[in-house]
Amino acid sequence: MSLVEYKVDKGMFNAPFTVLREDDTADPALMPNISDEDLRALYRTMALTRAFDQRMITLQRQGRLGFYLGSYGEEAATVGSAYALKPEDWIFPCYREQGAYLWRGITVQEMANQCYGNAYDSTKGRQMPVHYSFRHKNIVSVSSPLAVQLPQAVGAAWAAKLRRDPVITLTYFGEGSSSQGDFHVGLNFAGVYKTPTVFFLRNNGWAISTPREVQTASETFAQKANAYGFEGVLVDGNDILAVIVATQRAAEKARNGGGPTLIEALTYRLGAHSTSDDPSGYRKDEDVKVWEKKDPLPRFQRFLAKRGLWTPEWEEELQAEFKAEISTAVEAAEKAPAPAVETIFEDVFSDKPWFLQEQEAELKASLAESKENH
Amino acid sequence: MPTMNIIQAVNDALRTQMRLDDRVVVLGEDVGKFGGVFRATQGLQQEFGAERVVDTPLSESGIIATAIGMALYGLRPVPEAQFADFIYPAFDHIVNELAKYRYRSGGQYPCPVVIRTPYGGGIKGGHYHSQSNEAYWAHTPGLKVVIPSNPYDAKGLLLASMRQDDPVIFMEPKRVYRAAKGDVPDTDYTVEIGKAKVVKEGRAVTVLAYGSMVHTAIEALNKAPEIDAELIDLRTIVPLDIDTVIASVEKTGRVVIVQEAPRTAGIAAELTALINEKAFLSLEAPVQRVTGWDTPFPYTLDLEYLPSADRVVQAMRRALNF
Repeated sequence: MSLVEYKVDKGMFNAPFTVLREDDTADPALMPNISDEDLRALYRTMALTRAFDQRMITLQRQGRLGFYLGSYGEEAATVGSAYALKPEDWIFPCYREQGAYLWRGITVQEMANQCYGNAYDSTKGRQMPVHYSFRHKNIVSVSSPLAVQLPQAVGAAWAAKLRRDPVITLTYFGEGSSSQGDFHVGLNFAGVYKTPTVFFLRNNGWAISTPREVQTASETFAQKANAYGFEGVLVDGNDILAVIVATQRAAEKARNGGGPTLIEALTYRLGAHSTSDDPSGYRKDEDVKVWEKKDPLPRFQRFLAKRGLWTPEWEEELQAEFKAEISTAVEAAEKAPAPAVETIFEDVFSDKPWFLQEQEAELKASLAESKENH
Repeated sequence: MPTMNIIQAVNDALRTQMRLDDRVVVLGEDVGKFGGVFRATQGLQQEFGAERVVDTPLSESGIIATAIGMALYGLRPVPEAQFADFIYPAFDHIVNELAKYRYRSGGQYPCPVVIRTPYGGGIKGGHYHSQSNEAYWAHTPGLKVVIPSNPYDAKGLLLASMRQDDPVIFMEPKRVYRAAKGDVPDTDYTVEIGKAKVVKEGRAVTVLAYGSMVHTAIEALNKAPEIDAELIDLRTIVPLDIDTVIASVEKTGRVVIVQEAPRTAGIAAELTALINEKAFLSLEAPVQRVTGWDTPFPYTLDLEYLPSADRVVQAMRRALNF
């Protein structure tokens, strides 16, 4: 049964599209064609994402890192959706998509460098941790203000279409972002111009302390696509196979001139919003426990185990490998120098106008004077 | 050499660049089939097609945000905000996205968008068709702000804007859109961004103006021919041509700055600070500001709001008689 038929059978938004069944096997009719090697690689990336997040949060608690924002519980949504794209496709991220970056081949070292804002950070220490930008992997720049990336992703897709490039854009955002005007603007422009854009909404239930119910009176977020003249799909965001099927289908449709799709991935933010909040102040432990049982990582693990693709020994190897890789990266990131002081004044413009040259000289003179006086 | 007004010069610049560079895309409300409410994009859709001259939904934030996405991908979008007064729904995209993209991505993603927008009062437009909001853009690191006063500069500066790699807010003085006429070569040329023009040399007092206020200043100079004033058309607000300004102030020792926008924290204030920092000992009198008032732009009393030639003459006399 295809996703389309599934939707026709079950109604468009009644229940999320799911491939992984209760008994941890895949519905054979829905199982995407993925090699065993890829299945293991997907699991590895999900597990690495979680290991990296955990270490970064620990480092923040130890006072070694200023801030962090994890993706605990949402690894299937981010890794699965990135898997469905081609390397030439562009990603317009929100700020919780480290799984997508790791799948694209961004290294733990590159991510650690950004979090530490050191001299090797691809964004030159210009932004808070997790505000990545990796041009070599077609990943644009993370913005803190929410939903701005939606119409930008539409513009880039529009440009690809004008250039006749077989490139699509995928933009990530949370359900909270759907309350912003840019959600409307982005979906509206995409619908009007039929741009090759996939809107990937991670409905993780929470916008910091604000529950999903406060964001909309709609039954689902996916159904909002109806108003813009294109398809919305509700998918089990904790089922990586379902995420892959839905995203592949949306990507293929976009690439073939079929226009945009809104995917609502139903998931849950098992962790805090960021290292700056404590969820116990706004949600009940028992609610979280319900979702812990649906944790996408062990769920996928059980599926793989049933297929003979996961063993406890492999897990041990993976964890040892992650520990070493992350430790090495963190150590290097911590030891790395800060960006040179003159980089403050670079990249404001393509050149350095007189006033920036003057201000740079002023800062350097001031620093030199302070040094002399100490 | 053909005579053009500013609208025709803008149109000519867009056409010239679109013929040269197929990455240039024009988008905005009514810019396509209709050719723009001021006709600045007239005929472009006919020549370049609806894919490159795009009628958009009525959404300034959508126009600017999609232009940003296009620029990230490698196009050279030239969006039009129909009136500068309507641009604020896109404020976040201009200030937090467009202006900062190159910087915050560590130089990985330039964002060469040229936003064209008619600005300024004097057309009986009330406060939603009259604002001069250049100070917002000038205060935002990462944006270049270009404001031509005449057709020759409009074409040359717009071509220069479309051929460089930074975001530009290109503000067109709509009060003199049609009134300011002049010779404009039909050949390809640019006017350098960041270079002011000495409109008239003089030794007694420096008058600094830009956009439509250049015309008010010219009127003032004509009204008071006995004053040997030097008039400078700044042409670019960011980056300011500080060398030309300071050289003039060092010569005259007296300064009048004419700005249509409200006074507080405006471009005239910035110029005053720069003159104090760089030419303090040359000053013979306090710098005089002739500006719009710190009020919303009024409908009926618009001429009382706008700097007039008389106010400029009075300011020149205050500077001379100090």
